[in-house]
Parts: sequence; structure tokens; C-alpha cells
Amino acid sequence: MIIGILKEQSDGEKRVALAPTSVHAACELGFKVQIERNAGVHAGFSNEDYIDCGASIVNTAEELVNSSEIVIKIRAPHDGRITGTDEQNLLKSGQTLISLIAPGQNSDLLSTLANKGVTVLAMDAVPRISRAQKLDTLSSMANVAGYRAVVEAANHFGRFFTGQVTAAGKVPPAKVLVIGAGVAGLAAIGAASAMGAQVRAFDTRPEVKEQVESMGAEFLMLEFSEEGSGEGGYAKTMSEEFIAAEMTLFAEQAREVDIIITTALIPGKPAPKLILADTARLMKTGSVIVDLAAEQGGNCELTRPNEIVTDEGLTIIGLTDLPSRMAAQSSTLFGNNVVHLLSDLSPNKDGKLNIDMDDEVIRGMTVVNGHDVTWPPPAPRLSAVPAVPTPESSPPVTPVLAKKSSAFGTLVSLVIVVAAILGVGAVAPTSFMGHFTVFVLAIFVGWQVIWNVTPALHTPLMSVTNAISGIIVIGALVQMGSSSATVIALSMVALFVASINIFGGFWVTQRMLRMFRKEQ
Amino acid sequence: MDYGMISAAYIAASILFILSLGGLSNQESARRGNLFGIAGMTLAIVATIAGSTPISLALVLMVMATGGAAGSVLASRVEMTAMPQLVAILHSFVGLAAVLVGFGSYLEAGTQFSGAEKVVHQIEIYLGVLIGALTFSGSIAAFGKLQGILSSKPLMIPGRHIINILIGLACIWFGVEFVNAGSVSDGMTPLLIMTGLALIFGLHMVLAIGGADMPVVISMLNSYSGWAAAATGFMLANDLLIVTGALVGSSGAILSFIMCRAMNRRFISVILGGFGTSASSSSAPTIEGEAVPISSSETAQLLSSAKSAVIVPGYGMAVAHAQQAVSELVNKLRDSDVEVRFAIHPVAGRMPGHMNVLLAEARVSYDIVLEMDEINDDLPETDVVLVIGANDIVNPAAQEVPDSPIAGMPVLEVWKSKTCIVLKRSMATGYAGVDNPLFYRENTRMLFGDAKDSINAVLTEL
Repeated sequence: MIIGILKEQSDGEKRVALAPTSVHAACELGFKVQIERNAGVHAGFSNEDYIDCGASIVNTAEELVNSSEIVIKIRAPHDGRITGTDEQNLLKSGQTLISLIAPGQNSDLLSTLANKGVTVLAMDAVPRISRAQKLDTLSSMANVAGYRAVVEAANHFGRFFTGQVTAAGKVPPAKVLVIGAGVAGLAAIGAASAMGAQVRAFDTRPEVKEQVESMGAEFLMLEFSEEGSGEGGYAKTMSEEFIAAEMTLFAEQAREVDIIITTALIPGKPAPKLILADTARLMKTGSVIVDLAAEQGGNCELTRPNEIVTDEGLTIIGLTDLPSRMAAQSSTLFGNNVVHLLSDLSPNKDGKLNIDMDDEVIRGMTVVNGHDVTWPPPAPRLSAVPAVPTPESSPPVTPVLAKKSSAFGTLVSLVIVVAAILGVGAVAPTSFMGHFTVFVLAIFVGWQVIWNVTPALHTPLMSVTNAISGIIVIGALVQMGSSSATVIALSMVALFVASINIFGGFWVTQRMLRMFRKEQ
Repeated sequence: MDYGMISAAYIAASILFILSLGGLSNQESARRGNLFGIAGMTLAIVATIAGSTPISLALVLMVMATGGAAGSVLASRVEMTAMPQLVAILHSFVGLAAVLVGFGSYLEAGTQFSGAEKVVHQIEIYLGVLIGALTFSGSIAAFGKLQGILSSKPLMIPGRHIINILIGLACIWFGVEFVNAGSVSDGMTPLLIMTGLALIFGLHMVLAIGGADMPVVISMLNSYSGWAAAATGFMLANDLLIVTGALVGSSGAILSFIMCRAMNRRFISVILGGFGTSASSSSAPTIEGEAVPISSSETAQLLSSAKSAVIVPGYGMAVAHAQQAVSELVNKLRDSDVEVRFAIHPVAGRMPGHMNVLLAEARVSYDIVLEMDEINDDLPETDVVLVIGANDIVNPAAQEVPDSPIAGMPVLEVWKSKTCIVLKRSMATGYAGVDNPLFYRENTRMLFGDAKDSINAVLTEL
């Protein structure tokens, strides 16, 4: 099937749906790829790059959509109302569209596309289960946004992130507070601590503590017993008392920290106002707030979406196009997500789409199927919250312990051994019992000695026991004095093989032991 | 030399042997221990030669010199990856010697004893030959499997348990015949038949056991070779042989026990053989997720940015002869201040302690080579775990899937580390035929390819 990649029309959107490497991967899956001229230019990918990776270039959007069976882009198709091409109008029955849709907010778009008979796979409707993570563009983009948030903050912050002691004086490290430890928050924590800042993070979901700490930040705990985990691994709205306690914490932190990065979002709701204007003004002059929730109204009262504002020496960054500001990286990740989707849809690598509505992931993403709107999907069966054990990510752990022999069993075997020895004593002649005593005692000595051998030396132990079991040579030596020629012959062979054992065993043991060395 | 002096020499030799084994309790004293063993052996041989009257001393010395030379050549040339084979073949020699000495003793001593003593002596000979023959053929089979001459898959003859029982019963019946035999020539027939049966039994027993149970098989044959020597000691009424045989026998028994415990399996079920042939189809829960491949350059990046790394070697490392490359990797990482350690599972490899010897050969310092119990608690704080050619010993199913064939087996908990990189040729299952959920974990990455090539590729990227 032929894939067409549209150039993005929205203002300031620099990304492209597939980077050249992803085009190559799609071709490997059996698809033919064509791309609108200059679609990747703003992301740093030239038309030649695409041609080299197996794509063909098409001059206009009309031509491209007309000749494609699958249309892939980043933003939801444009309706052409303000400027540019009416992408919605170009799409026709039987085509498949893969892009971001925001199906919750765009029911008109869904019905338009359903009327046309376009099948739509929404890259932002990927179910939150482990298996689907490789398709999750929201995570990929949040990752980029989190990183970029730190870069933007550093850009507007007048000091080093890392603490230094220089000849010119001491520089304290920057203190960064990250609110919301989702994908974006964690990426921000990682980037900020990599730059040397002291990072602390807050989240209403206590189970993310470990993740936060693993990224090198301190987790701020609220002395309050309320779980913030909602469905699908996202946070939920909290009670009033909780919010009050939260506000106090933020006010305390605002006096201390230099940079606040907020990433708190609750799906389908306006962003919670966490940093009130008063709280923000508690921060030192020169401080920076980066509000990653700006698109949903912002976590900070002072945030103005798409703008960078200053307020009494404080810079508040409300940019909503952070992924687009790293277009090369974002396009590569978005493209990888799309390719993973294509490879799931085309398991035989024959370049044909097979939309399997029984597959939970595909079902979730398919928001229009033929002429039917299939949004919202049935409730997800599973949650990917680590704290709640789910069958898919962490099966119930019932440690299976090694069987241990009971004291009773030991006693029984001891009794049997004693009885056996007594039994032998009852029938055997005296001469035998003398040797038997030696035998039993030697076993005990061996038992005690061998348990002390370090497991690292078990191989030398075997080779040295090989050597000393060559002691059987004594038997052969004694028989060498026999008058029978047959016995002499037999014992000569025994003598020969036992000698191999003695010399070979000791030699190889010595060779091995010489290898064991300790660094000085 | 009179009898008293010989006995004194034997006592001294016994003590030296015990000290020799005791010396292996740590690496520092191990070499001295081996020298004790050599001293004990020399003393015992000199005393025996001095006390007996061989037909020709020159002949004895010549035969010993030839055997010794053969053994020395063997020992100096063997590769450390081939140690299990060498040990197996040496076991077979002890078994063969026990059989030969047994026959010699029977031909020689036909007239020496009477009454109960004669019966006891006959039984001693019979048992000595039986154990010797079993050890001999079993070790040959083990050698063949380890050397790759024979398939390492378990040989499953239909009704093999019944065959074994029949052989056992026949051996008892011929034993009675042998003890009751009136003359040496009458007794020779049952003795020879039994020897043949024991040879078949030993062969069959080892053939039915699969490749990865080899640590148990080798330890068991080690034990048998000891018991064969002890039985010879009884038949010759020689205490030194009895003591040495018992030492070796219990050593092998302990090793077998340790190996079985490390696989959470009963000794008897290992001996009955056939493990890993039926388990694969049943009870394998479907595993969600996907194995994520990783490139050598990404691996190099991960390793160089890690604070701590643990390497888990398995038999695959020996097969690929990757130990030298691994050692280089370790040196390079340690030079750039990455804390690198090794985690050794007791049954990694084909014989007890196999991995330690390979790493020692590759000049890895032994103080960074740790046992499973020493390192398992540190794994959650480890940044990168590198699993090289190991599978079942790092399988989380052992702890999490109660009906898994390897349930309850102690394993290295590598999945608790931050990132786990598995070097593997393909997605094939391990010896136990159990799928490994480790490969599908979120923090696991697969580095496909030959272990040596992969490590070398990582080295060039570092």
C-alpha cells in the first residue's frame, strides 16, 4: 500500500510525521512511501534525504492525498478555514489516516471523517499498557517536552545549574522543583540533574517515588493519606484538604527553589492551578517557571499560553510547542512510533494493513472505522500503575522456596545408617570391621573438609581428587609381584592408566591454581 | 621395608591427602594444598614399591613414566574450556584401574581366604569391579557428550527404567552365583557377565541425562571413582586406599548435593534422566511483551555511563570462548571507574566451578568473582547486568511461576537491576525448555549474536 506523508500546515509546527530513517523502516515492511515536497525541511530533513531512504516526492498536498491509501501526519487534519489546504476535504472513502486527533475534544472531526468513510487511527489514543508503549507518541513527545523545558529554563535563568568552586568564588547549584512526575516530569528531572542542578519532585501518586529517586531527584512527600492514582496511570483530582496541604508545600518550596517546572495534567480536564500568583511571587528575582500544562490553561496562574512573560523579575514560560522546537528529535521519535504501529498492523511485512478490532491496542486507537465512530473504546481492562499488581506487568509473586529436608527426615536417615552399620557388624568378620571403621571415619573427615572448600575452587577440587584417586596405583603395584602372567599384564595396564591420573591430575590442578590471581 | 614402616608411611600419606583437600578452602592456601597431595602420593608410591617385590622395578618405573608422561602432556595442553572432558576421562581411568585390579585380585587371591572372610572378600571384589565398570563406561559416555562426539540431548530408550531394573536384578543374581562359585574359573563367568552389564548400565545411565545436568553427572562420577578406589582398598585390605577412596567419594557426593540443590532437583530425578524433554509444551504461561534488541554501541554507552556493572557468565561464554574478550571488557570498564563484578551461579557451565576457572584463565582477579548468595542482594542497586550465554540460571519464572519446571530453583535476580542486557544467539529456550520471561521485561535488552563477537564489538565502541 502507498503511504503519503503530508507537510504540516499549522503555524510554527516544524515536525514531520516520518523521519527518513522511519521511511526506510516502512519500506522494509513492504509499504511504498511518498512525501509532500519540503515536508521535512523545518525538521532538518531535505527532500534528497527522503529520496535516499526510498521515498518519492510529490509536489502538492492534493496530489499526495489522491494517490495515497494511507495518509500520515502529526496534527489532526486541517479544515482550511483560516488558511491553507482543506485537508479534511481531500481525504476520501477507503483511506486510512494516522495522526494525532484528540478524539475527546474533536467530535465534529470524527463525524466528518466517518461520513467520508475514512478509517482513523489516533496516535494520541494509545491505551496505557506496557505492550503499547512503543506506539505511545504522547510519551515520546512528553519526553522531548520535559527535556526542552529544562533547556528553556536554563536559557532564561541567569546562573549555572551546577555548583562550582572557582578561583573567582563559590557558585551554589541551582535548585529545581518538578511538579508531576509523569514522562515529561521524569525527563525534566533527568535533564536538570544531568546539568548538575539539585532536583526535587512532587507528585500526588506515591508509587512514582522510586522512579523519581532513580532519576536522581529527591521526592517530596506530603504528610497526608490520599492516593492520587487514577485510571490508566494518570493522576486524578484531589480533595480540598489535600490541595490546601499541597499549596502550603509549594509556598515553602517557592521561597527556596530557583526553577519550577510544572507538568500536572488530569486527562480531559483543565490543568489544576497549583502555583497561585502569590506563591509564584515568593520566588527569588531571576527565577524561572516553565509551565508544561500551558495548553490546558497552565498550572501557574501567571502563565499565558504560547508566551514568555516576566512578572516582577520572574520569567514564566508558557510555550506549548516545545516538541516542535526540537523538531528533528520529535520527528524521529514520532516516526518510530508510527513505524511500530505499521509493523503491528502488517504482521506479515507485506505492506497491507490489517486492522484487528479484537486487539486491545488497535481497538483503542481506531477512533473511526469505515463509516462508524468507534470512540470512546470500551473501558480499558488493565491499568499500568506499578503499585497495583496487574496480570500483564507483574504477575502475583509467590516466591517458591527450595524444598528443605525436615528434621524428621534427617533423624530417619541417621537411624537407617546406624542400623546398617550395626547390621554389617553383626555378620562381618573382625578383620573387615577394622577396615570398615577406617572407611566410615574417613567419610566423615571428607565430609567436614569438603564443605569448607570455596565454590570457586570446585573444578580444582575435582581434578585434585582425580589425582589422588590415582592412589589405586598401589593395588596395581602390589599385584606386580604376582607369579601369574595374566595378573601382571592386568596390573601393568592399571599401573599405566593410574599414572596418567596421578600426573595429569596434579599437573592440571597446579596449572589451574596458578591462574587464580588477585589484583594487587 | 617392614610392615610397620609402610603403615606409618600410609598414615602420613592419608594426612597429607586430607591437608591437600583442606588447602582448597581458599585461593591462597590452594597451591600449597596441591603440593601436599603430590608429597602424599610420592610417599605412598615409594613405600609401596619398597615394601613389595615387583618382578621388575625397571618395568614398573617404565610403565609409570610412560603413563605419567601421557598424563602430563594431556594436562599441559588441555584448554580450560575442555576441563570437564579431561576430568571425565580421568574418572574413567580410575574406573578402569579398579576393574583391572579387581580381576587381578580375584585371580591372585583365590586360595588365600576361607569361610566368612572368603565371602566378604568375594563381595568386595564383585562390588569393586561393579563400581569400577560403571564409573568407566559412564565417564566415557560423559566424555563423549562433553566433547560433542555424542549428542548432549538425553537418550530416551522406551522402557529404560525397566531395563535398568532388570540389569540391577541380574547383577544381584550373578553376584550370588559368583560368591557361591567353587573355583576361580567357575566364578569368572558371572564376574565377566556382570562387568559387561555394568558397562552397559553406566553408559545407558549417563546417555539418558541431558547436557546441562552435566555438573551433577561429573560430580557423581567423581564420587563413584572414589567409591571404586575404596572398594579396591577393601579387597586388598589396604587402609590408605580406603581412606583416599572415602575422601574422594564423599567429596563427589557433596558436590553432587550442592549441584542438585542449586537446581532445586532431587538427585534421584537427575539420575533417572530425561529432564527438559517434556516440560516445554505444557504449563508455559503466555508471556506478554516483546524482546527489545540493543546494538553494541548502545551497550557500550550504557556500560560506560554505569556506576556499577555485574556480569553473569554461563555455558554460552565457554562455548563462544569469550572469556578473554570479557576480561578485556572488565579491565577497560574498571579503568574508567565502573565497578565490575561477576556473579557465578553454582551450576553455570558444565562442571562445578567451571566459570571460575575460565575467568581465572582469562586473568580476572578472583576477588571480583562472587557466588550467587554473595551478590544477589546487590543486584537491585546495579546499573547494568550483562548476561553472557546463561538462561535458566537467570529465569524469573523460577520464583514467580509455581508450576514451572524450574520452580524453586535458586536464580540470580538480574531482572531487579536497572538495565539487564542479555547476550544470546537467538530467542531459543534454555536447557530446561522453559521460556524465559526475563527477555520480555521492560528493563531487559537483547544483544543478539555470538558472545565473543558481540563483546569485541562493544570493546571497539568503548
